[in-house]
Amino acid sequence: MQPIIVENIHKSFGDVKALHDISFTIGEGELFGLIGPDGAGKSTLFRILATLLLADEGNAKVNGRDVVKEYRTIRREVGYMPGRFSLYQDLTIEENLNFFATIFNTTVEENYELIKEIYEQIAPFAKRPAGKLSGGMKQKLALCCALVHKPKVLFLDEPTTGVDPVSRKEFWDMLQRLKTKGIPILVSTPYMDEAVLCDRVALIQKGAIMQINTPANIVAGFGMPVWAMKAKNIYRLIHDLRAFKGVLSCYAFGEYLHVTLDTELDDVKAYLAPLGHEALEIKPAAPGIEDAFMQLMQEQNELT
Amino acid sequence: MRTIFFLLQKEFLQIFRNRSMLPIIFLVPVVQLLVLAFAANYEIKNLSIDVVDQDGGAWSRQLRDKLTASGYFSLYKQPASTEAAFEDLESGGADLVLVIPRHFERDLVRHNEVKVQLLVNAINGSKAGLAAGYAGNIIGDFNRRVRLEWLALDEDDAPSHFDVSYRYWYNPDMNYKFFMVPGILVVLVTMIGAFLSGMNIVKEKEIGTIEQLNVTPIKKIHFITGKLLPFWIIALFELAFGLTVGKLVFDLPMVGNIGWVFLFAAAYLLVMLGLGLLISTITETQQQSMFITWFFLIIFILMSGLFTPIESMPVWAQKITLFNPVAYFVKVIRMVMLKGSGWGDISYYLGVMLLFAVALNGIAVWNYRKTV
Repeated sequence: MQPIIVENIHKSFGDVKALHDISFTIGEGELFGLIGPDGAGKSTLFRILATLLLADEGNAKVNGRDVVKEYRTIRREVGYMPGRFSLYQDLTIEENLNFFATIFNTTVEENYELIKEIYEQIAPFAKRPAGKLSGGMKQKLALCCALVHKPKVLFLDEPTTGVDPVSRKEFWDMLQRLKTKGIPILVSTPYMDEAVLCDRVALIQKGAIMQINTPANIVAGFGMPVWAMKAKNIYRLIHDLRAFKGVLSCYAFGEYLHVTLDTELDDVKAYLAPLGHEALEIKPAAPGIEDAFMQLMQEQNELT
Repeated sequence: MRTIFFLLQKEFLQIFRNRSMLPIIFLVPVVQLLVLAFAANYEIKNLSIDVVDQDGGAWSRQLRDKLTASGYFSLYKQPASTEAAFEDLESGGADLVLVIPRHFERDLVRHNEVKVQLLVNAINGSKAGLAAGYAGNIIGDFNRRVRLEWLALDEDDAPSHFDVSYRYWYNPDMNYKFFMVPGILVVLVTMIGAFLSGMNIVKEKEIGTIEQLNVTPIKKIHFITGKLLPFWIIALFELAFGLTVGKLVFDLPMVGNIGWVFLFAAAYLLVMLGLGLLISTITETQQQSMFITWFFLIIFILMSGLFTPIESMPVWAQKITLFNPVAYFVKVIRMVMLKGSGWGDISYYLGVMLLFAVALNGIAVWNYRKTV
C-alpha cells in the first residue's frame, strides 16, 4: 500500500485554478519534494491532504484512508507543519511540546526517541517562549511538535522558508535521518538547491505538475549543453544575450549566467565580440535542476 | 474529558501569562465600581443658582436663604439685572435663575399675590427637571409658611390641606449607589463574558494556530469548551470579587440569598459566551471581533435599564429589551440584592436566560461547523 495516493485533484478559488489535475503517489519511507514558486498551489495541496480543505474533484488517500470520509483518523495519524508558524508564541518550547503530546493522548517521554536528535538542539532554550525563538529554532520546534505523536506520514509545508542557510542544512539532515525510520515525508520548498535532497520531486507551477522524477533524472533529461557566462557588466550581458536570436534561455545563476543555445557557441562569441564586454568569460557548465525547472517553466508559459 | 482538561490547562497558562489579564481581572472592577458608582449619580446636589433680588426686602432674603440652605442649591451670584443673570445661564455658570420682582413684599401684602420667575438651563433634561422640581417644592413650602405667618394662624387653625409623606421601599435612603453598583457588576461580568471569550477564539484564527490544532484529534466541541470555560470561571470569580468590593466600600445591601445571583449569572454567562462564540465565527481578527461585540454591547447596556428605566422607554424599545440579556440580569440582580427576591421571583427570568443560551450557542456552534 502506498502511504500517499493523490488522484486527479482539482481545486479552484473562484476563477483562480489553484490546482489542476494533480496526481502522484509516495512510497514507504520516501522523501518527496514539491518544488515550485510561491503561488504554485503547494499549500493548497497540503491543506487538502491534511483534511483542512475539500478538493473540488478527484480523491486522495493518506495511509490508506480517504481524506474526506476518514478525516478523523487521518488527523490522528499525520504530522502536519503548516507553512506559517502555528504554535503558541506565548508558551515555552516545553509547554508547546507537552501540549501537542497530551492532546494526542501521549507523552513526550513515550516518543522521545523520535524527536531526540532535533529536540536536543533546542533543549537549552526549553523555557523560552516560542515567539522569542529564531526562525530556525521555531522550525525545529514545529517539527518536534509534528513528530511528537509518532505520525505515520509527515507533511511539511515550506519548512525552511525564512530560515538561515546553516539551519536549512541542519533541517534537511534531520529529514534524511527521519526517512531512515520509514516515515514517508511530503515536503515543499521554493528552493531549488533543496530539490536534489529529495528522493523524487514534482515540479509544480500554476497549479499543475510539470514533471515528476528523481532529481538526477530531471537533470539528465535536460538534454542540452549549458554555458556559463559572465562579464564585468553582467546586466548588459543579459540584455545583449536575450536580444540574440540563437539564445534559447538566459538566466542569472549565482555569479554566472546560464545560457542555452540552438546555434553554435561560436556564433554567440562572434555576436558578442563587437559589443565590447569587459572580462567576458565563457565556459561549459553542468546543468542543474534549476536549469531544468526554468526550461520547463518556459515551455509551459509558451503553451499557455 | 482528558482533552478538555489539557485544553483548559493551556488556556489558563496563556491567560495568566498575558500581561494585561491580571489588571483586567483585579484592577478594572475596582476602578469601574469606584468611578462609576460615584459618577453615575442621579441625585442632584450643588446646582448653582443666580438670585436676582430686585426687591431686597426681608421676605425675599428669607426665600433666598431657604433655597441655599436646602443643600440642593449653592448661590452662584446675585446680579442686579435679569440680563446679567441670563448671561450666567448662557455661559453655564448658573444652572437656574430665580428672579424676585420689584415690590415682592409690597405686592405680597397688598394683593396677597406675587409672581417669581424661575429660569432653568435645560441642556441636561433630567437635571433641569429635577432642579425645577426642587426649587418649586421649596418655593411652595415657603409660600405656605408665609401664609401661615401672614394670617397669624396656628398650624392647627390652618385651612385643611394634604400633607404628603414619603417612604422609599427597598432603598429607604434613595442611595443611588445601591441601585448602580449591582448594575455595574453586570456590565463587568458582561465584558469578560462577551469580549474576552470572543477575542480568545479569534486569536487562534488570527495567529494561525487553529490550522495546527485542526490536524489533531481535538473535536470542535472540545475546542469550544476549552476556549469558553475559562472565561465562565473568571467572570463568576469577577462577580464574587466585585460583590466583595461593593460590600466593603459601599456596604451594599444583600437582602436576598446571593446564591440566586450566582445561579443566574451562571446561566447569563452562557448567553454571553454564546454571543462571543457566534461573533468569533464570523470574524477573522481580534479587532473585527472587538468592534462587532462593542456594537452589540453598547446597545445592550444602554437599553438594559441600568441608566434609564426601561419603563420610560417607548413601547417599541421596551419590546426590544425583551431580547436583551443584560436587561434581565440587571433586573434580577437588583431584585435579589435590594428586594430579597427568591426562586419564585427569578425562575421565569432564569428560564428565559437558558432559552437564550441554548438558542445562541446552537446558532454559534452550527455556524462554527460551517465556516471552519
